[in-house]
Amino acid sequence: MELDFGPAVRDFRQELRDWLADHLVGEFAEHRGVGGPTDGAAWEVRLAWDRELSAGNWLGVGWPREYGGRGLGLVEEIVFEYEYARANAPYRATVNALDLLGPMLLKAGTETQRKRFLPPILGVEELWGQGFSEPGAGSDLASVRTRAALDGDQWVVDGQKVWTSFGLHADWLYVLTRTDPDSRRHKGLTMLLVPARQPGVEIRPIRNLAGQDEFAEVFLSGARTGADMVVGEVGEGWRTAMATLGIERGTTLLPQQLGFEREAEALIELARRRGALDDPMLRGRIVDAWISVRIMRTTNLRTIGELTAGRTPGAQATTAKLYASTRHQRLGHLAMELAGPAGQIVGEDYGLDTRQRSFLLSLAETIYGGSSEIQRNIIGEQLLGLPKEPRP
Amino acid sequence: MDLTFSEEQDELRKVVRSFLGKYSGEPDVRRLADDPRGYDLVVWRRMAAELGLQGLAVPEEYGGSGFGYVELGIVFEEAGRALLGGPYFATVALAAEALLRCDDERARADLLPGIAAGSTVATLALTEDGGRWDERGIGLTATGGPDGWRLTGAKTYVPDGHLADLLLVAARTPSGISLLAVDAGAPGMVRTPLATLDQTRKQARVEFTDTPARLLGTEGTAWPVLERTLATASVLLAAEQAGGAAAALDAAVGYARIRVQYGRAIGSFQGIKHKCADMLVEIESARSAAYGGLWALEAGDETEIAVAAALAQTFCSEAFTKVAGDNIQVHGGIGFTWEHPAHLYFKRAKSSEVLLGTPSYHRELLATRLGI
Ligand SMILES: Cc1cc2nc3c(=O)[nH]c(=O)nc-3n(C[C@H](O)[C@H](O)[C@H](O)COP(=O)(O)OP(=O)(O)OC[C@H]3O[C@@H](n4cnc5c(N)ncnc54)[C@H](O)[C@@H]3O)c2cc1C
Repeated sequence: MELDFGPAVRDFRQELRDWLADHLVGEFAEHRGVGGPTDGAAWEVRLAWDRELSAGNWLGVGWPREYGGRGLGLVEEIVFEYEYARANAPYRATVNALDLLGPMLLKAGTETQRKRFLPPILGVEELWGQGFSEPGAGSDLASVRTRAALDGDQWVVDGQKVWTSFGLHADWLYVLTRTDPDSRRHKGLTMLLVPARQPGVEIRPIRNLAGQDEFAEVFLSGARTGADMVVGEVGEGWRTAMATLGIERGTTLLPQQLGFEREAEALIELARRRGALDDPMLRGRIVDAWISVRIMRTTNLRTIGELTAGRTPGAQATTAKLYASTRHQRLGHLAMELAGPAGQIVGEDYGLDTRQRSFLLSLAETIYGGSSEIQRNIIGEQLLGLPKEPRP
Repeated sequence: MDLTFSEEQDELRKVVRSFLGKYSGEPDVRRLADDPRGYDLVVWRRMAAELGLQGLAVPEEYGGSGFGYVELGIVFEEAGRALLGGPYFATVALAAEALLRCDDERARADLLPGIAAGSTVATLALTEDGGRWDERGIGLTATGGPDGWRLTGAKTYVPDGHLADLLLVAARTPSGISLLAVDAGAPGMVRTPLATLDQTRKQARVEFTDTPARLLGTEGTAWPVLERTLATASVLLAAEQAGGAAAALDAAVGYARIRVQYGRAIGSFQGIKHKCADMLVEIESARSAAYGGLWALEAGDETEIAVAAALAQTFCSEAFTKVAGDNIQVHGGIGFTWEHPAHLYFKRAKSSEVLLGTPSYHRELLATRLGI
């Protein structure tokens, strides 16, 4: 389906299509479709691609011009994602800064913070990591223990963060800290921007099940950052964190899900080549895979329709993540089945092909950004109004 | 094309919901389930006179109000929610649509105004003893002669076939599949109501012996018309299924909030809470499937309509059955009783699943249409 938002947007789309046709060539073209929100494959090439996008002024389409963005609206942002997915360009390496921190600063940051941080994000000069989770605070994020205390005009941060996506590449971290040592749960938390390259910060890779050093654990011992590096209010970090998670569960899923459509198409192509379409059982499952990606798209379009009409998105905006992550995993299993015995052979140094990588990494989609169980709690309690879990 | 509902459309939903709340509440649904006619003539007339529901998507030149499929879909979603019984689906989603699609301006001008006015109950007689929804399932024959066309053979599983004033019959003629109209009371037509598992949706067997009929459009050209009619009806049925599923979830959630076991409301247990959440995921996905179909109908791209319709039927059939079954589970023993409405939704789900062809059939249609 073509999204048509009128002539002005049509020009924008054409400009983008032309630009992509001219620039998505050579090495970049060879890396079509590579990467994902937790897939660090071909990192250097993708970073170079992000710089290419930056040079073309395509990062931050909806961000204000004063920070280096294009100053366009939600509609253009959406068109950008659709066209980007259509071209199957490499997954943007700077997703953390572009899709999470940037919008958070635009929403809750100070003017000084925006001026300081947004342009280098769009210039691909500074990369960011999200420091929320801790060994003892995953789903139960309100139990973070990383402490921060003011020492003169600086915060001093101590604690440990874990599962920081692309943490090894981070120049900066946005960290959820406890600034009131006597506080419990979501009270007394503060969101801090902390430089990652300093003696008080040690970042160690953690190897994921696909063999990548994609995420990391972060040790903060006497790490320092300025008193002005608080996003939102001191003690109100929970609210800031929730806003980011809201963004994470919403818009960042869009490009990813558009990518799933390609996987479904590739799967059908593979099935055709292998003669698997003659098997009625497989045929049925293949059609179901196609149905599920089509439903993801329509669900997204519903949300987009509501957003662009200035309405509050309905329940589908919340259920979309659960549906997509579950169905994508099913698609992955089917792709592996279609690959047959060949699917179990990997390259040198545990080198995975696109399908194997996507299949294995899809297991994370029901964990990060709020696990499926947490999603079900949210849907049950916030959308359906069922009673909360009794808490001790 | 709009990807969300307008204020007018929201208003239509509200009006229809409140109307059906008044006239298709549980006691009405049960009463009509026991009534062989299955509908209330007075309510039927009010649906036409006050809300214009029968003629909603019928063009103004034929006495309708000329709205689009999105509006019609909203009505069907609400009808599904309220388990509206009676011949609305047969008349509007099947018969009116077949008339609109067939190449016969005179028949449209003759027959559609009665439908829009609520004075004609109509249906489409397609399936036969084989229970097939494809072209090859049509064996009943029509023969043309100097004094017009005559039908011989039998149709069965005809929705509301026992009470329709007008039956559109798919028949085999020397040059292919043709569509013919038969009026109630035509000689040689015997109609037998069938006892249905889902008592809210009536069916009949209709036998024809040399029954006079009126040919619609050109002889032998009706299959594409029927196929397109079935595509539209598939999407509207999908909307109805999504609405039915939403009502089943409402019931489950309502009960999960108040039923106490082990000293807490059962909805606070994840086993139940998560089941309800999964039901909502199914419903929202079913809505997407159905709305995608409505958008396709609105846009009028035939390839897209064929695909979206098969998708909607495959997905929404399974989703409604799953959700309606889960609703019974959430209710425990009470959900298994005749007194509780849960089984009404479950049976409606099961009957809707086969009303226009099973999910496997639609899955295969989709595969073919996608070239898989
Ligand atoms: C690939 C990847 C990338 C990530 N990137 C980042 C990042 O960049 N920054 C960051 O801060 N974090 C990141 N995370 C962390 C992620 O947010 C957490 O893993 C997630 O919130 C789950 O926490 P946990 O791993 O501690 O699991 P736990 O919370 O220990 O959960 C274990 C299991 O118990 C279930 N469970 C927990 N609580 C409940 C409950 N109340 N009811 C029912 N079931 C429950 C969970 O669903 C899960 O199945 C990433 C994770 C992954 C896998």
